[in-house]
Amino acid sequence: MSEIIRRDPRREWIARNRLHPEHASVLAALGVNRGGDGGAVSEWLGPNGVVRKNPRAIGFIGPNGVKRIDRSGLQQGGQSTATTTAARDSRRTVTIDQPAFLVVVVPDLTGGRLSGHDKDLLGLARRVADADAEQPGAVVAILFGEHKGEGGGELKEQALGEAGIDRVVHLDDEFYAGFAPEARLAALSAVEREMTPRFWLLPDSPLGGADLGRRLALRLGERAATGVWQVEADNEAPLGWRCTARGAAGSLDIQRPLPRVALALAECAEPVDETRHAAEHLALAASIPTTLSRIEDLGQVAVDPAGVALAEAEFILSGGNGVKQWDAFHHAAKVLGATEGASRVAVDDGFMARDRQVGATGTWVTARVYMAVGISGAIQHLQGIQRCDKVVAINLDPGCDIIKRADLAVIGDSTQILAALVAMVEQQRGGQRDAA
Amino acid sequence: MQPDLQQKQQQQGIDVAVLVSIGRHPTTGRARRAEQDARGLELALAIEAELPGTRISMLHAGSQDDSSEAALRGYLGMATGVGMGLESMTLLEQPEGSDAIPALAKHLAATSPQLVITGARAERGEGSGLLPYALAEHLGWPLVNSLASVEKVENGVVTLLQALPRGQRRRLKVRLPAIISVDEAAPAARQSAFGPARRATFAITPTTPEADSELAQWHLAPARKRPKRLKIVKAASARDRFKAAASKSEGKGGQVLTDVTPEQGAEAIYQLLKEEDVLR
Ligand SMILES: Cc1cc2nc3c(=O)[nH]c(=O)nc-3n(C[C@H](O)[C@H](O)[C@H](O)COP(=O)(O)OP(=O)(O)OC[C@H]3O[C@@H](n4cnc5c(N)ncnc54)[C@H](O)[C@@H]3O)c2cc1C
Repeated sequence: MSEIIRRDPRREWIARNRLHPEHASVLAALGVNRGGDGGAVSEWLGPNGVVRKNPRAIGFIGPNGVKRIDRSGLQQGGQSTATTTAARDSRRTVTIDQPAFLVVVVPDLTGGRLSGHDKDLLGLARRVADADAEQPGAVVAILFGEHKGEGGGELKEQALGEAGIDRVVHLDDEFYAGFAPEARLAALSAVEREMTPRFWLLPDSPLGGADLGRRLALRLGERAATGVWQVEADNEAPLGWRCTARGAAGSLDIQRPLPRVALALAECAEPVDETRHAAEHLALAASIPTTLSRIEDLGQVAVDPAGVALAEAEFILSGGNGVKQWDAFHHAAKVLGATEGASRVAVDDGFMARDRQVGATGTWVTARVYMAVGISGAIQHLQGIQRCDKVVAINLDPGCDIIKRADLAVIGDSTQILAALVAMVEQQRGGQRDAA
Repeated sequence: MQPDLQQKQQQQGIDVAVLVSIGRHPTTGRARRAEQDARGLELALAIEAELPGTRISMLHAGSQDDSSEAALRGYLGMATGVGMGLESMTLLEQPEGSDAIPALAKHLAATSPQLVITGARAERGEGSGLLPYALAEHLGWPLVNSLASVEKVENGVVTLLQALPRGQRRRLKVRLPAIISVDEAAPAARQSAFGPARRATFAITPTTPEADSELAQWHLAPARKRPKRLKIVKAASARDRFKAAASKSEGKGGQVLTDVTPEQGAEAIYQLLKEEDVLR
């Protein structure tokens, strides 16, 4: 019945007659699409069931004052800003109240943040949890130690949710800090008792996941899959999944059913980028028994930053053509406890050794904090610092490329700023020593 | 009496068991001494040099054939001039495809050394790196992974340096008996000398083998190259895709401080360094 198109010749006539006083309202009644804010209707179903378009009603005025029509259907008369904000908010909010099962992830949380590896792993957890849309599982993250996140408060929690976490168990008591495998294992065993998750996923990384995951597997009596890089659904496997893992020093691919405990490599799955989850905080009901540890952590040992390989240094102070006083630069590196790096110009001019060069033809560095002093940020240099977390730039020129890359840029003379920084650090240290 | 005994023990050194496996040359695939296990033995030799009277025993569980024997002799050749204890190694004989863990656990429980050193991961077979953990769980001993060096052994407590990522080190104190595993952070192993390696003997202990039935069911294949991750651009329109492909990454647009005194600039940098916790 409803498929029959009923014509109303009078309304059609009004729709064709742009000068008719009821034109707009009739179009609205017929129309599918209305461009912009209260503008004319741009598209409606014609009398024969054919879509009619009003080309004057669509499009927008481009940057050069010329009218542009975007046929992709994105920009229908609206301003471009509107669509970008829409794109930013495009994550679906998902809450899972009654999970059918739990997937527990223990991220490394290095430096208080989810690393790329952690996010990949959470992506994998999501895949496993969401496989059956009727009965979704929930992803529980166990966080040890402080969680810094990006920003504070709300934003911080949002970061967890955007990584795909439904529930969070945050344990940041003092005795989990440092090397405390026994305490952490006790906590994870408590989680096992209370939640009986279907899967445990940990990163197979030297930052702690590899160690903790293996301990956990043995404690639970599971034969863990390690070095997992691919997970596929498999109806014949006991838990419904099959995994491919690296074995024998990376020379072997082992295909086996996915066990309850799996240690996965980086890039095992795509990180979550379409949904936002609740990241609701949970507390463990039972108190965790404190274990008497036979391992005592005496803390980190001061290593000579100059002896640390540039590629794996955590904090690099890098100097370029804009450094005028190299003695002061070396002194600053010493006071800050930073490993020294350099741009190619500084190396070519003989101020720094060749093995200190950062960039395309030098070392690709992975520092958490990279401080570029008097470096313009040539593309060859920026390539080398792609994987750095935070970049600080000190430069005279506010327009140069390193400023665009930097998280914090200070415009000014390198010598003076470095001197001020050194004075500040020394003063703070002095103050602490006096207080102690 | 008691302190006296301890004194004596200290002078006598400790019993160290080094677990060695058969390695695999990464390009030719031939049997050789495993890289990490050799580093473990190097560490044991360093302890012996520090603490005279330390007894090192080497332990391997596996089958005995020509190629594996040649690989195992690679370890035996490392102990030139040290003299004691390394002229032979214990071989817990079991056929290919048996689980090494029960045999090793049983032997270690019976001989009860104070320190067991293993490599982090084997170069053949599953290579999951679970063995040291399984032994630790089985024997109930503490385990420290990724060891860089042993600093001192005193009154049944060993002080160790553990290697952390980014070239950092952590000092730990562990009560003996303990298991420690070494990886690439430990000092490199010395060369193996041919003569001592030839002269050394094997003490073969038969075991009751337990077949690793689970491993036999898995599908093993030479490692495939992992697919490279593509930069996925989620854009609804061609224009957005083009923009994403053509534009330089703009960065997130950090904070830029212009017209500040050097002190203010330094203050801001100092705050960031503090926040990131890189100042020590
Ligand atoms: C094939 C090839 C490979 C290359 N590989 C590399 C590589 O691996 N690594 C690398 O680094 N380069 C490499 N380069 C060189 C690269 O292109 C640049 O020339 C180089 O990085 C520039 O170094 P710079 O930033 O130190 O010097 P400049 O470009 O001269 O920049 C100096 C900066 O210091 C600022 N400045 C000046 N005085 C002061 C002051 N008093 N206080 C504060 N700031 C000041 C200036 O504003 C300027 O921004 C390569 C080039 C080629 C052709």
